[in-house]
Amino acid sequence: MESSLAASGGLLVENTFGHRSIDALLSETERLVGSVSVAGFGGGKRLARPSLHLAPGRLVALAVDFVLTIALDLRSNVGHEKTTRWGGGRRNISRGSAAVQCRSLPRSPVTDTSRIRNFSIIAHIDHGKSTLADRMLERTGALEEREMRDQVLDTMDLERERGITIKAQSVRLDYSGPAGDFVLNLIDTPGHVDFTYEVSRSLAACEGAILLVDAAQGVEAQTLANAYLAIESGLEIIPVLNKLDLPAAEPERVAIELASVLGGDPNEVMRVSAKTGEGVDDLLAAIVERLPAPEGEADGELKALVFDSYYDTYRGVVCYVRVESGRLSTGDGLRFMATGEQQEADEVGVLTPSAEPVAVLGPGEVGYLITGVKEIDRIRVGDTVTRQSAPAAEALPGYLEPKPMVFSGLFPTDGDDFERLREALEKLRLNDTALVFEPESSRALGFGFRCGFLGLLHMEIVRERLEREYDLDLVATAPSVAFRVGLVGGGEIEIKSPQDLPDPTARTEILEPVVRVMIITPTEFTGTVMELLQQHRGVMGEMNYLSPERVELTYRVPLAEIVFGFFDQLKSRTRGYASLDYEPDDYSVANLVRVDILLNGVPVDAFSAIIHKDKAYEYGRKLVAKLREIIPRQMFDVPIQAAIGSRIIARETVKAKRKDVIAKCYGGDVTRKRKLLERQKEGKRRMKMLGRVEVPQEAFISVLQVDAD
Amino acid sequence: MLIEGTVLPDSVELAESAASRVAAYVHIPFCRQICSYCDFAVVAGTDLADRYVAAVCAEIEAAEPFPGRLSAVAFGGGTPTALGWRELERVLGAIEARFGFEADVEMSLEANPEDVTPAGVRNLRAAGFRRISLGVQSFDDAVLTALGRTHSADLARQAVATARGVFDSVSVDLIFGTPGETLESWRSSVSIALETGIDHLSTYSLTVERGTPLSRAVAAGAPEPDSDLQADEWLLATELAAEGGMIRYETSNHARPGHAVVYNLVTWGQGEYVAFGNAAHQHRDGVRSWNVRRVDRYLERIERGEGAESGREQLDRWESEVERVMLGLRRAAGVILGSAGERLLASERGGAALEAGILGVAGDRLMINRPLLGDEVSRALLALAPADC
Repeated sequence: MESSLAASGGLLVENTFGHRSIDALLSETERLVGSVSVAGFGGGKRLARPSLHLAPGRLVALAVDFVLTIALDLRSNVGHEKTTRWGGGRRNISRGSAAVQCRSLPRSPVTDTSRIRNFSIIAHIDHGKSTLADRMLERTGALEEREMRDQVLDTMDLERERGITIKAQSVRLDYSGPAGDFVLNLIDTPGHVDFTYEVSRSLAACEGAILLVDAAQGVEAQTLANAYLAIESGLEIIPVLNKLDLPAAEPERVAIELASVLGGDPNEVMRVSAKTGEGVDDLLAAIVERLPAPEGEADGELKALVFDSYYDTYRGVVCYVRVESGRLSTGDGLRFMATGEQQEADEVGVLTPSAEPVAVLGPGEVGYLITGVKEIDRIRVGDTVTRQSAPAAEALPGYLEPKPMVFSGLFPTDGDDFERLREALEKLRLNDTALVFEPESSRALGFGFRCGFLGLLHMEIVRERLEREYDLDLVATAPSVAFRVGLVGGGEIEIKSPQDLPDPTARTEILEPVVRVMIITPTEFTGTVMELLQQHRGVMGEMNYLSPERVELTYRVPLAEIVFGFFDQLKSRTRGYASLDYEPDDYSVANLVRVDILLNGVPVDAFSAIIHKDKAYEYGRKLVAKLREIIPRQMFDVPIQAAIGSRIIARETVKAKRKDVIAKCYGGDVTRKRKLLERQKEGKRRMKMLGRVEVPQEAFISVLQVDAD
Repeated sequence: MLIEGTVLPDSVELAESAASRVAAYVHIPFCRQICSYCDFAVVAGTDLADRYVAAVCAEIEAAEPFPGRLSAVAFGGGTPTALGWRELERVLGAIEARFGFEADVEMSLEANPEDVTPAGVRNLRAAGFRRISLGVQSFDDAVLTALGRTHSADLARQAVATARGVFDSVSVDLIFGTPGETLESWRSSVSIALETGIDHLSTYSLTVERGTPLSRAVAAGAPEPDSDLQADEWLLATELAAEGGMIRYETSNHARPGHAVVYNLVTWGQGEYVAFGNAAHQHRDGVRSWNVRRVDRYLERIERGEGAESGREQLDRWESEVERVMLGLRRAAGVILGSAGERLLASERGGAALEAGILGVAGDRLMINRPLLGDEVSRALLALAPADC
């Protein structure tokens, strides 16, 4: 051990908690696990992932403050392949210190089911779910207060920035309350309508749910949709009002509203302030008291539900599992029942929230499972894990595969980046199975990918991540939905891109996807909301008064109508008070046409859209007007036309630029002028050449902003 | 009338011959007050003038002479006439002693109309200057006020008259596109300038430069120059100057025969020139280099006996070829096509510019018919992939 350390240049590592030397740390580790030697060093912030701990009896990993990982190789029986797996970036660390966190392992064996509560928090965006989760982690000591970063559960930068949760995660809380010690597994759910499918998979791992509602805002459509989903799944609900600390909070009113929606007594609605921590202890006690314990025989056949998964660069695919019955142990030979995949359980563990390996997960327990699988496609979320030796007869009910609803073409601005884009999409897909893509070629934009997304937010997130994390310059075409087209001579095809629409002579009908939209709005806006729905070809279903002040409207609306800015219009019409949820319904025949855009007389396929015939003229007129604003003046006049087939329905002209002397050249300073022009040339990189016309990227998205109101 | 797409043989000869000449530039950074649109390397007041003249002379004396003598010397600024004629004479003398002058050397300085007095111009002439360029900017008092100039249109008219009897060549600078200026006001300014009997007319479009009071005003909502109006104004000035017997030999410059500015043509012909003073840029031995921008730093460096150079660049052959075309296109005579010109015409954007009539070709020469779109062409040139040349 000493010699390895010396070889590494006398690394000094300090422990955050005690400022001990690496030697002290190593001796403690030795005391815990036997003799150790330093096997390798790995670097990079990716190592901050909680899954770095290795199976007991094999390796111990020390997570070194999000910067370094030192793998301590048990002298016993470990081959180097185990260490290189996550110590990939071996390098010599000569100087400096880092904070080390050392955990003992393993945990105590299987927890008695009566001592377990599994629950989710269902809440609307900004109703304080993440803050409440943080508070619970803090109260149960899962994280030291000083370790707390805000919103620990949201790991991706984007999530933190947007304040939303994209990927479901779970955390195990050790709770000591009036009724004794309990294990509480909090299973996080995403809060946006695009990610409903992730909600349902999280709920399937729970016995109960906290329905968290902002005491100032009241219940929102999506919360309600998720609450219904939870009730349908047989979950026990604890309604909770949050943000009691706000002056605008109206707990009495909202409690009555909640009770009227869910049934039950307004007095049973709990009240907390996640911000100040008020009421959180009572809530924890109520979770134990009011939510049922999981059932399941520890001696029964193994059935564990994979309710989520993600790809870790160092560990491969990490599954989040909920054991329904039987025991899931490290070293078990496992079988994934839907895929037939056979794998050994390299490591099972719990998330506290950092990953801690355990020997066994018993019934009702929630944790993670790492097998040898490296490709995320080979693990299906919703699958049931069982033991090879004593397989379960029947799998647990699974989930519907998430189905992309919105399609858009993504093209690199620089054609040479096509392969980089493919690689980036493949990497993103590792942790986002809902993302689908296939190569697409556009006359205007060259080679790219037609990508399918759950919704507009999902699309935006993917695009932003591609640009930010993979440094790609992209052009995204207007989103479209998938249409079904009946063909002359029989048969039906699905098209995901307007370009694929067969000629009118070759098709009999076009069917478009229709969704069931649920909107909750203050009653004063009922008229304007109904008008909006009507403009978007909505057909009224139901209208329920939740209270004298709030009404729930249910409509059938073509999906294409709500993917284009509908939500923004709804918000602006109701001053932000209305909320929306939708679910796919079916397909309906509609009178649709394709509106094409010609730039300088040449059709630009990327601008085409399939539009209802009654709206096509207005759409064409608005789009060409918009494009005229966005497309900068060029060296020549650029006509912009909208056409249905060969018929021009609108026209605008971008007048030729007449003067473009921005960079002066004086006093012989030729260098400055050249550099200014070079910089401007760089700016042009964000332009796309369509024929001879330079088109800025935002033009492609402008198609979105044309509302046909 | 405006002559498009044709090249006058005389102007070609003039343009091409200038490229082989050498010139000198002296920067005089002092101004009585700084104009709102100006982002030149200038300072208000003349407190540092004595030290500055000494420093410039020291810099000149330390410079390496050219093999040949100078064909042109230009004093620009700032306001050269913020210095007294004796100081200017001293600098001019230092240049002559170091570099030597051709017999027909062009000795030119910029001046503000306020500084043009009968005695003052006689002294400048006696000091050796043969050409004067007056920063009139406009003959419309409202426009002068908008630009923050301190002279009136009448004073400017008198200044031109005073200078005309004394110098061999008198030029007027006008600025077009000042917000509030109309095409008619501009027509009147140009006409008055031409009526005064000048030999040379420079017309510059007002541009909003970063960091100037003007750009702050624009950012705060003040009107910007209207580029379409500026295009009309440029055309009008070119037409009026042509009617007045002048030829537009360069994007912004019009001259009676024999009055084209050699110093200008050296710059656009990618010729070599030395330059002295703060922020001065020179081009010699294929290297472009420039002095520190701030006057105080410049003085410190020179007074410590160090050079004042703050940066330099050496272009490779392709970059230099691109630059040759980029600069040469400023001239009405255009530029010999060469490899960059050929490649430009073969490129998508260059081809579009040719088709749109922005570029023209006559024999082996490429020229720009609509010089106000010159930056567009320059960008297309800079975007070309490097090639052997």
